[in-house]
Amino acid sequence: MKFLRNFFDKRYEKTNKKWYPLIESFETLVFTPNHTTKSGSHIRDGIDLKRTMMFVIVAMVPALLFGIWNVGQQHFIALGQEVDFMEKIIHGAIRVVPIIAVSYTVGLAVEFIFGIIKGHALHEGYLVSGMLIPLIMPVDTPLWMIAVATVFGVVIGKEVFGGTGMNVVNVALTTRAFLFFAHPTSMSGNTVWISGLKEMKANGTLADGVSGATPLGDLASMTTDSPAYANIQDFTENGITFSRALMGDYPGSIGESSVYAILIGLVFLLMTRIASWRIIVSFFAGGFVMATIFNLFAGDNAYMQLPAIHQLMIGSFMFGMVFMITDPVTAAQTNKGKFYYGFLAGFIGILIRVANPAYPEGIMLGILIANVCSPLIDHMVLNGNIKRREKRLAKASL
Amino acid sequence: MAKAIKIRKGLDLKLKGKPTQTISPVENSPYYAIKPSDFPSMTPKMVVKEGETVKVGTPIFHDKYREAIQYVSPVSGTVIEVKRGEKRRILEVIIKADSEFTFETMDTKGETKEVILKSGLWPFIKQRPLDIVADYNKIPKAIFVSGFDSSPLAPDFEFLLKDKKDALQAGFEALAKMTEGKVYVTIETSSKGTSVFTDLKGIELHTINSKHPAGNVGTQIHKISPINKGETVWTVNAIDVARIGSLFLTGKVDFSKTIALTGSEVEMPSYYTLISGASLTNLVDKKITSENVRYISGNVLVGNNVGKDGFLGFYDNQVTVIPEGDHYKVSFTEGWLAPGFNKLSNSKAFLSALLPKKSYDVDTNLNGEERAFVVSGQYEEVFPFDIYPVQLLKAAITNDIDKMEKLGIYEVAPEDFALCEFVCTSKINSQQIIRDGLKVIEEECM
Repeated sequence: MKFLRNFFDKRYEKTNKKWYPLIESFETLVFTPNHTTKSGSHIRDGIDLKRTMMFVIVAMVPALLFGIWNVGQQHFIALGQEVDFMEKIIHGAIRVVPIIAVSYTVGLAVEFIFGIIKGHALHEGYLVSGMLIPLIMPVDTPLWMIAVATVFGVVIGKEVFGGTGMNVVNVALTTRAFLFFAHPTSMSGNTVWISGLKEMKANGTLADGVSGATPLGDLASMTTDSPAYANIQDFTENGITFSRALMGDYPGSIGESSVYAILIGLVFLLMTRIASWRIIVSFFAGGFVMATIFNLFAGDNAYMQLPAIHQLMIGSFMFGMVFMITDPVTAAQTNKGKFYYGFLAGFIGILIRVANPAYPEGIMLGILIANVCSPLIDHMVLNGNIKRREKRLAKASL
Repeated sequence: MAKAIKIRKGLDLKLKGKPTQTISPVENSPYYAIKPSDFPSMTPKMVVKEGETVKVGTPIFHDKYREAIQYVSPVSGTVIEVKRGEKRRILEVIIKADSEFTFETMDTKGETKEVILKSGLWPFIKQRPLDIVADYNKIPKAIFVSGFDSSPLAPDFEFLLKDKKDALQAGFEALAKMTEGKVYVTIETSSKGTSVFTDLKGIELHTINSKHPAGNVGTQIHKISPINKGETVWTVNAIDVARIGSLFLTGKVDFSKTIALTGSEVEMPSYYTLISGASLTNLVDKKITSENVRYISGNVLVGNNVGKDGFLGFYDNQVTVIPEGDHYKVSFTEGWLAPGFNKLSNSKAFLSALLPKKSYDVDTNLNGEERAFVVSGQYEEVFPFDIYPVQLLKAAITNDIDKMEKLGIYEVAPEDFALCEFVCTSKINSQQIIRDGLKVIEEECM
């Protein structure tokens, strides 16, 4: 490692000071700096932000790998071809890797520019956002759109507030929301979830019976005049059964469909205590309560009839629960607040999803709304603490 | 009424270098120092000049704004240097000791407060809020004494005090005279019944489990009778209660103390008897196993880096020697990508989480870079107060006095945040932030 050390030392010598943040960013990937404590606590915990962020990325790997396979799987189903496992993986990789590359390249470039302007090395937040963005994109989103949205997400979602640790809303979801509202045709409808579907439709190679719709799209269609399934039993028995919802082999955003893959990540994040169990539990509870309420008042609305637990296993609910809502910066900071925060996000997420099927991405909006509310939630929790202190004072001065 | 307190939040750091219970001899140090930096927010005014001879108990300087508080010489000898820093701020007053000590005559007959003030032992009494030397013009709501030290590698108070029961009793009697409330002593649950404090009179004895920061007096105050705005409590270290007591028993000020020399770099960690303010040179001579080390007067969480030739701090009963961490760590082998069998961490992100009984030799490396607050819920795990630590810190950073008051700044001292500082992923220096916050409060609200 000596040669690397010399390499970095030389770069520092030879480079203009204003580029130091750039060198430092790469240097600290290889070396933990020689910074020592000055006073106070002379020893420090081994954990740092790099490791924390890396663990979140590791937790996303199962979802990513499944997503790559699923892109291939859905593609060849749409073509009506039987191909072997490797071919699916290769096709998936060809479609997914460029999205990851664009997300990281563009996002990190923006981060570096801000880092150099502000004179600090790369703060690790984007390492996670950069992986989240591809996982929540439909596979056929044009790369240039992802690039534009990433710039918007990083600049407006984070850097204007002061960078990692200061943002109000989740960066990846800001990116997603930007695309959703700026380019709705590329982010919703039935043609973007399977790679190459549009071309297949155009040249007539699309297999019979493939609509390209996501389960949420199918469900939304059941409240219209042209339902994809006759009734909710038809959906849960012949369409997306519960076990298929867990498995995730259906069209959807790249990383969000497989509950199993996401649960592996969840277990990892909970075991390493990177993610807050409080938020996860309450988010699930919030979604479940809302879905149950819909069940009770469903009437003949097929979407609302979908059993609560089944409702939560499709779409992005589970992905949002493990990787989005748990972002500590945009979540409520107080332990008590985390319960309210998670519940609110889950509750509103399912509410928007079901009550307004035009927004199948209800979970995204639910989390964004909860993000915005989290300072308020913390404020209320803090007020409780302040009131307790005032009461104690009043009692003491009697 | 004895209360059995139990805290769940906290953290015991498992470090190498625990002291064995033997007191070893050490050659007396020729040099001693009094450091104004041991007394936060105090402005010293010199009473003696360089070259003057002093006795044990001769005032060296006093507090410029509270003149009755005198800081006295722990030895008899000659003032050889007044070390000054920026803006002529006094850093250290160094005294060369005589071989035979002569003592200032003390009259222990008068009012307790006067006697302690004159003796130079007053600075051992601290107050909250602010965590400074107690204000003699105030009558405290209560006085709190912690019967044990739960900090990493801390000296065993029961061992140090086992022969000082009479002095303790006399000390508590003196303290009781200065408060309108009670004198609270809190001991470890496990030492209940066998503790040296058990049969003492005039105190209210409580027990608490041993998880750090249970031994911090701040934790105990918070659990027994939290400080409200406008109230003052005093705190005294149990060792120094005996010191005050022995003044009343013998009529002499005794600045000798038995300290624990601890840490992973000490060959045979054990106890040594020396005098407050002594230079560490003789103490650590030939006992350190490696080259590049840090000498800390106090424990690893709140002590001061004094260097090999530095001086023992006024309040410290412990010296800790740990390796310096001023080298680059390759990320794959000992940095952020390492498996981490050797990483002490409260997180579960290293494989060391699988080895709950292991002891570690931890160096002074920050183990990362400073960042903004990102991870939440970390401080709360080790902070057993009904206070929101991160929010209080943010109020202190932004100098928001109103918010600091509301969120409980009056109840805390920097040492209460030491564990928060240890566990912090973002490497934020919480103790300094709280100290600065307290300074603002002192200037604006007191």
